[in-house]
Amino acid sequence: MAKQVTIDAKGMHYTPLNQQIRKAIEDGIDEIVVDNVLGQRFIGNGLRGNTIIRVNGVAGGDLAMFMSGPTVIVSGNAEHAPGNTMDSGKVVIHGSAGDAVAHSMRGGKVFVRGDIGYRGGIHMKQYETQRPILVVGGSAQTFLGEYMAGGLLLVLGLDGVMKAREIGSGIHGGEIVIRGDVDEACLAAGAKKLPLTDEDRARIAPVIREFAADFGLDPEPLVNADYTRIVPASARPFAGKYTWE
Amino acid sequence: MSSNLGSMPLRYRISIDREQCMECGRCVENCPYGVFRWDGERILINSRKCTACHRCIAYCPRDAIMLQEHPCDYRSHPVWTRGVRESIYNQARTGKIILAGMGSVANLPIIFDQLMLDACQVTTPPTDPLREPVELRTYLGKKPSKLEFRQKPNGDVELSTELTPNLMLETPIMLGHMSYGAISLNAHVAMARAARETGTYMGTGEGGLHPGLYPYQDRMIVQVASGRFGVNVDYLERGAAIELKLGQGAKPGIGGHLTGEKVSADVSRTRMIPQGSDAISPAPHHDIYGIEDLPQLVNSVKEATERKKPVFAKIAAVNNNAENVAAVARSGVDAIAIDGFRGGTGAAPRVFRDHVGIPIEVAISTADQELRNQGLRNEVSLIACGSIRESTDVVKAIALGADAVYIGTAALAAMGCRVCGNCYQGLCSWGIATQRPDLVARLDPDVASKQIANLIHAWTLEITELMGAAGINSIESLRGNRDRLRGYMLDEGLLDILDVKSVGA
Repeated sequence: MAKQVTIDAKGMHYTPLNQQIRKAIEDGIDEIVVDNVLGQRFIGNGLRGNTIIRVNGVAGGDLAMFMSGPTVIVSGNAEHAPGNTMDSGKVVIHGSAGDAVAHSMRGGKVFVRGDIGYRGGIHMKQYETQRPILVVGGSAQTFLGEYMAGGLLLVLGLDGVMKAREIGSGIHGGEIVIRGDVDEACLAAGAKKLPLTDEDRARIAPVIREFAADFGLDPEPLVNADYTRIVPASARPFAGKYTWE
Repeated sequence: MSSNLGSMPLRYRISIDREQCMECGRCVENCPYGVFRWDGERILINSRKCTACHRCIAYCPRDAIMLQEHPCDYRSHPVWTRGVRESIYNQARTGKIILAGMGSVANLPIIFDQLMLDACQVTTPPTDPLREPVELRTYLGKKPSKLEFRQKPNGDVELSTELTPNLMLETPIMLGHMSYGAISLNAHVAMARAARETGTYMGTGEGGLHPGLYPYQDRMIVQVASGRFGVNVDYLERGAAIELKLGQGAKPGIGGHLTGEKVSADVSRTRMIPQGSDAISPAPHHDIYGIEDLPQLVNSVKEATERKKPVFAKIAAVNNNAENVAAVARSGVDAIAIDGFRGGTGAAPRVFRDHVGIPIEVAISTADQELRNQGLRNEVSLIACGSIRESTDVVKAIALGADAVYIGTAALAAMGCRVCGNCYQGLCSWGIATQRPDLVARLDPDVASKQIANLIHAWTLEITELMGAAGINSIESLRGNRDRLRGYMLDEGLLDILDVKSVGA
């Protein structure tokens, strides 16, 4: 039987809280429920294994940074940079999240049901089988996918118009897929639009289905919707900028 | 599109003394730039390809090769120098930003050379290091502002203050951060072995940690820079300490990128990016957009490693250095490395390399003063870097307030580097700044590590002698001890900033 433990985070500093979570994982707990979270930072930070951590409340900054394996499910919002430099595992946020979501993420998945702030998916990168995935249910803000070097960034725009401008500035790898059309004027230098092919759709469909299942949405209308795919115009965005002494 | 500029005058001219030459061909074999080639029985020379790396000269058994710099004069002019004119020709042709290798070539006065050290005479006697110990052991990290003790029931007293982790160095000289990718694995292994042998540490740079360095991980300071290349929890846990790179003296305020050509299969593995792709490090860390974000990154790294390791931050020395240092000190880091404007690099825009930043001597002194004024000096150690060239620079940096130094170019020179500044070509004939297997194989890590260890050992002996002569028997008594320095021909304003008296005073 799965072993579960509940931690009451009320009024607790993040260091003892994270020590308790780490201890629970060392004790072989399969599911850790953390109640009354109110902005405690670094939850799930640097953790390994396949534990499920349920965060009830608002998670603070750098949620799951450097995380390698576990699943973190947040019932509320998350602050700055959830999934920062994350290696593998999954972060599911039922609310919205702040700036720099999935910053430099190298693998695993970050699913946000609501909106995300500025610089979402900035400098995500991939290597061999490690390919990070960020899916946003609502809207993303400006500088989406900046410096992106790999992985998949998917924005579903379920709650109205996508706000991001300057999309993909400095992008040199990976792909940004946005439901609906994206005005050319919203693309930054170095990014270009492509139509979504059947192969592309087949590739993103399982991701959409997983996202829909996590948030209780009907997947098929989303799988079949129109998407815009944004990719690097060049894998070497700075190649033409320099000469040698 | 061609230009009407023709070719530039030769930078170097190589000549062979044909009476000495025995046509052994070592120059042809050793030069990766293609200066020498066989034409039947004769060796031909193409001086235009020469970088002044001196490999041919070092390996010519007959001393038959000569190199002359700037064999062709321009009309001399104090304003329109050769460098200024050639930059214009370059940019008129290309329309691009000029990149250059190694540190600043600006011909500006070096403050270290105008600081004189003290020695004892009759009023106080010198210490003889042969007879009396001169202690160089250095601890980097936070020191408690006070110590508390408790008495056990049996009457013994024990420390109740909780101490934070420190690094213990046997000598205040560390090997600075140069990434695998910028330099070769053999160069990294040589540095790591030297660090172990001399009881000090080396920086990984922003390139991840190659498995070949795992045996030395207890001697490695792993770097987290804005590109986050090769960074995962395994990497953080392997290091003895973790350094957040916020800036670099050779190019303050900008990022960097390793060109795809240098991202070989092995480099791609440690950086965790696809082979042949550009590795771009943005100018800022995009999770630090203000000083309030820095404590978040510092604490995030500390939480991920259970607060078991010191966390350093490295910044470039710029105008508001004292404020930057104080702000970083308040972020919770354990040590701050300050990189002066003469710091080295594989490649930096020429205008940044030669014009942006301030000297390390000023930066370390103002940092030390500001931290003391704010009551923060015990919270962080200070590491001086950016053109530490010899043991006297180490002593002077410590007397100006540093705890330790990083050396970079000096360590490369100990492995054979001639400071030719062509690191960016990836053809380093000494096997240091290259990934080409035949060139890397020229650098034997056993030999090179011994040379670096010899250098550190020699400097350590010299520091001991200099301290002994000044009657100082421990490094703590030298640290920030500006009274043992005197400024020679430095202006009053600078002496005031450094808090150093003039010679004769």
